[in-house]
Amino acid sequence: MKLDTSGFETSMPTIGFGSSDDTLDGFSTVPSFDLPRTTDFDGFQKEAVQMVKPAKGTTTLAFIFKEGVMVAADSRASMGGYISSQSVKKIIEINPYMLGTMAGGAADCQFWHRNLGIKCRLHELANKRRISVSGASKLLANMLYSYRGMGLSVGTMIAGWDETGPGLYYVDNEGGRLKGDRFSVGSGSPYAYGVLDSGYKFDMSVEEASELARRSIYHATFRDGASGGVASVYHVGPNGWTKLSGDDVGELHYHYYPVPPATAEQVMEEAAAE
Amino acid sequence: MTKQHANWSPYDNNGGTCVAIAGSDYCVIAADTRMSTGYSILTRDYSKIHKLADKAVLSSSGFQADVKALQKVLKSRHLVYQHQHNKQMSCPAMAQLLSNTLYFKRFFPYYAFNVLGGLDEQGKGCVFTYDAVGSYEKVGYSAQGSGSTLIMPFLDNQLKSPSPLLLPAQDAITPLSEPEAVDLVKTVFASATERDIYTGDKLEIMILKADGIRTEVMDLRKD
Repeated sequence: MKLDTSGFETSMPTIGFGSSDDTLDGFSTVPSFDLPRTTDFDGFQKEAVQMVKPAKGTTTLAFIFKEGVMVAADSRASMGGYISSQSVKKIIEINPYMLGTMAGGAADCQFWHRNLGIKCRLHELANKRRISVSGASKLLANMLYSYRGMGLSVGTMIAGWDETGPGLYYVDNEGGRLKGDRFSVGSGSPYAYGVLDSGYKFDMSVEEASELARRSIYHATFRDGASGGVASVYHVGPNGWTKLSGDDVGELHYHYYPVPPATAEQVMEEAAAE
Repeated sequence: MTKQHANWSPYDNNGGTCVAIAGSDYCVIAADTRMSTGYSILTRDYSKIHKLADKAVLSSSGFQADVKALQKVLKSRHLVYQHQHNKQMSCPAMAQLLSNTLYFKRFFPYYAFNVLGGLDEQGKGCVFTYDAVGSYEKVGYSAQGSGSTLIMPFLDNQLKSPSPLLLPAQDAITPLSEPEAVDLVKTVFASATERDIYTGDKLEIMILKADGIRTEVMDLRKD
């Protein structure tokens, strides 16, 4: 079951221009991985995942509107029931005009997005123009398809602005690739969809759209235990992406639902009653 | 015919805890020295800290055979790097190398929970924390291993700084001085030893600064 590849090992000790060709070619083929020598690959993978408990969990969302693409995510990573981090970067900056979101396995998403960024850059160098969002998402989807059934966990959205305007694709570890204008991915996505779908209008300003994205993430973190931390919101426009905000969701809670201040008389009454 | 299941596992857990704290011009990496298997202690004197480069020190808990194999791979890759670039690898570079090395075995993982500590190119302390398959993040402090769930909440309480994801950005420098950080590490391990059976015996602390590395050893409870 040896997967084809030559690209994963970078140029080895022989210093010589010959070896560097391998590296360039290699990135267009599939990286090679050590595989366990067992008859029961699936069983082994299931046990390995249960034992190492790779970090995952999330809420991410993205939608297209009049002014471009809005992308938002939380920042919590959990390993089983333990919160391994509250400050994970789930919105990955592939290049200055394209973003990828991370949902599912943290290592899987980090590695494949980094790999995608390399491929996009090589495409630019080879073709003297930027890769389209459609092309980038297809590169990723095809790569993940070749590892179908091996236990990767990737639920990502590729958002960007290319010659055809704003683009948004959903790509997952099954090799599925969907074009759309509204997606939410992760364990908190049902909650985010509720808020996002009810508040969405195509004709929103950037402020309204970013507020909608922020509130959707906040509500997902409120109800989903595997989501939390900081809600980050990014906007992708014709000139590339900008980070609009990063707010701690604990503070957002009191921002949206402030505790009514107790009046002085009320406090005196309570004290007298005791 | 029913599927045959293996009657052995390629993995074992040797226990232990590793901690690292980054400061403005130093980095503290610490680990206990107990190596266990099941309820038995294999040895009380096993170092889990390994210097990879002048400014990068790796500490790993989990399955020590996998940790040893991982260290060998990193050491040889670092040697190649030194031959090719005529300099040592920086800590952030080593961090990404470690991430890729771990992910390379995505389908047969290294059962190693790593913390990489060192100084970045500007001389500031940096700590990188990993999961077993290579996802990593630069943080101000981290604990991994059997005592991590006991230690992390306490470090959060003492050291937690505003998240780097906040916008507008808030300053996140650990206000601790180097002696305070070393003291905190000793306190934290003493407490973890009380409640985690796999942590104890001795504590090894490595302090990295621009002028070199210093090692301290402290006794922990042996029960």
